[in-house]
Amino acid sequence: MSKELIRLSNCTMAFDGEVVLDGINLYINDKEFLTLLGPSGCGKTTTLRIIGGFQTPTSGDVFFDGVRINSVPPHKRAVNTVFQKYALFPHLNVYENIAFGLRLAKTDKDGKRYKLSEKEIDQRVMEMLEVVNLRGFEKRHISQLSGGQQQRVAIARALVNRPKVLLLDEPLGALDLKLRKDMQNELKRIQQAMEITFIYVTHDQEEALAMSDTVVVMDAGKIQQIGTPEDIYNEPKNAFVADFIGESNILDGIMREDGVVEIFNRKFKCLDSGFEKDEPVDVVIRPEDVDIVPENEGQLKGTVTSVTFKGVHYDTIVDFYGFKWLIQTTDFCPVDSRIGIKIDPDGIHVMKKSHYSGMFGDYSSYSEEYEEISDASIDPEEEEQEDENEE
Amino acid sequence: MKQYRIGSRFYMALIFLFLYAPILLLVVFSFNNANSNVVWQGFSLRWYEELFRDRQVMGAVYNTLLVSVLATAISTVVGTFTAVGLFGMRRRFRDPVLTVNNIPIMNADIVTGVALCIFFVTAIAVWNGMIVDGWNGFVTYLEENFRRTLPRMAEMKMGFTTLLLAHISFDIPYVILNVLPKLRQMDRSLIDAAQDLGCTWMGAFWKVVVPEIKPGIVSGALIAFTMSVDDFVISYFTAGSASTLSIQIYGMVRKRVSPELNAVSTLLFGVVLVLLIIINVRESRQEKRLSARK
Repeated sequence: MSKELIRLSNCTMAFDGEVVLDGINLYINDKEFLTLLGPSGCGKTTTLRIIGGFQTPTSGDVFFDGVRINSVPPHKRAVNTVFQKYALFPHLNVYENIAFGLRLAKTDKDGKRYKLSEKEIDQRVMEMLEVVNLRGFEKRHISQLSGGQQQRVAIARALVNRPKVLLLDEPLGALDLKLRKDMQNELKRIQQAMEITFIYVTHDQEEALAMSDTVVVMDAGKIQQIGTPEDIYNEPKNAFVADFIGESNILDGIMREDGVVEIFNRKFKCLDSGFEKDEPVDVVIRPEDVDIVPENEGQLKGTVTSVTFKGVHYDTIVDFYGFKWLIQTTDFCPVDSRIGIKIDPDGIHVMKKSHYSGMFGDYSSYSEEYEEISDASIDPEEEEQEDENEE
Repeated sequence: MKQYRIGSRFYMALIFLFLYAPILLLVVFSFNNANSNVVWQGFSLRWYEELFRDRQVMGAVYNTLLVSVLATAISTVVGTFTAVGLFGMRRRFRDPVLTVNNIPIMNADIVTGVALCIFFVTAIAVWNGMIVDGWNGFVTYLEENFRRTLPRMAEMKMGFTTLLLAHISFDIPYVILNVLPKLRQMDRSLIDAAQDLGCTWMGAFWKVVVPEIKPGIVSGALIAFTMSVDDFVISYFTAGSASTLSIQIYGMVRKRVSPELNAVSTLLFGVVLVLLIIINVRESRQEKRLSARK
């Protein structure tokens, strides 16, 4: 098994009395691709900055390879960072940006100061240019590069120092969709080729699911769930995780006995157990796990209220007894038609009630536009907020 | 439409004539081969020759250059670090300090000059009364009782040192005002990035921050230098026994209006003009570079 490399132990961070991070416990394994995922202001960037050494936790400890590093400044940590807006040095060209870290005086194990030879620097920079596919760009000025190229330079500049851990703070946020997909694959490839730990911060759940070995879902300064992408998606721990990761219908239910949950006064078979008898629970049903059947064969019966064509499938909103469900189906059902649905036992996931219960309603106000607007407004707000905090 | 254009051009020419005719007259008659500011008697450089032979004037030129260069160098360093400090401050402290910084710029020179003059007179009196008198008294005591001696301290007077201090004090706000916007434009994460790659804070400052704000530092220094070369009022009140070019010119006007005055004024005008052109060209180049970056 891979060994533990970084451990955050009960880390709390407060700015002017406002708690941003609330007792985080987290360990990160060597060579792992770990993603901190959450909405704006959830504390993910702060967590990253604590690991990078830019912030010292108000309380709690940070361990690196078993050594407490709370007060170790950033320049003495075996960690390098790819910053949100790249933070490339505008007065240096591509080559000198990448060589920046290499040109600084190093200290060896005996505390002796030394410098890398020009030959070694050149060799390592060229090697890195190869890794990020930027051969031939070394003399270019930073302002002459596209966003994607700048991104690659930022990655190369961090990786050339051979860190044990690379921290990435929403590195793809500024790129357009197509480029973002390419860079996701690229990052995963680089991580596997270099065999180092990546800690990746994002608010994009698709990105997190696609790249990570482990996803840490955060909200309100707390870790909501840690797990593999499959775990997080299939077995969300609470309504927040279920809502944040992918689309989900979250309903109130009552656990009648192991393997039986009651929704809308109808009993459904499920695979969950370990709840009290008649315990109120949250039930998650993913839109793709619902089968549409003729009305008389359905476990539930409802009316289609809206249909959106999405290419691969239709987003169909169906009204069941006043609760609007999102169903993703390849079958076209016209608006106002009556349909029935069937849900297989493995399509039902039961969660304990949490303080998030009831916060994520049905899809009655669902619209594409709304989602996009709220996504786009996330970033600047978060930055401003954190800038203020730093001051 | 066309008439309108001609009209506006004429108006503009009139304005420029109004603004620059006196200076033009001054420059032209500095080359006049006669002891007159009214009658043109042919081109000559005799007033310049006379000027360069005039020891008092050349001494004043030397003083002006020396005080300007020293004041610029010192105020650039002090002002830059002050700006960095201000940049790191919380806004609610920074804004009042900036307002205080702007006051000397807006303040009437005569007030600044008189204030500095009174301050220096008082400070020198205190220094001479306490430190110099005390030390010299001690030396006298040693001589009388122990037949030992130590070097005596000279009394301080208003002179080059006070002039330099005054220039530094009015140059610093200009440097701060030029450096601070460059710091604000800078991406703060550049400092983080440099530290992340292995720099100490100081290393990050020299390797990343200074190159980023260099244009601001240079234009701050140029403006400070221009202000120093140009200054008369504050210098007049603080120079004491020393003299600068502007003080010299003022003295010459009071004695006699000679074309030599034209020549020395033309030189001063030329220097300031060249500096202003350099400052403006740099600024427009930077703007181009900035827009290219975006």
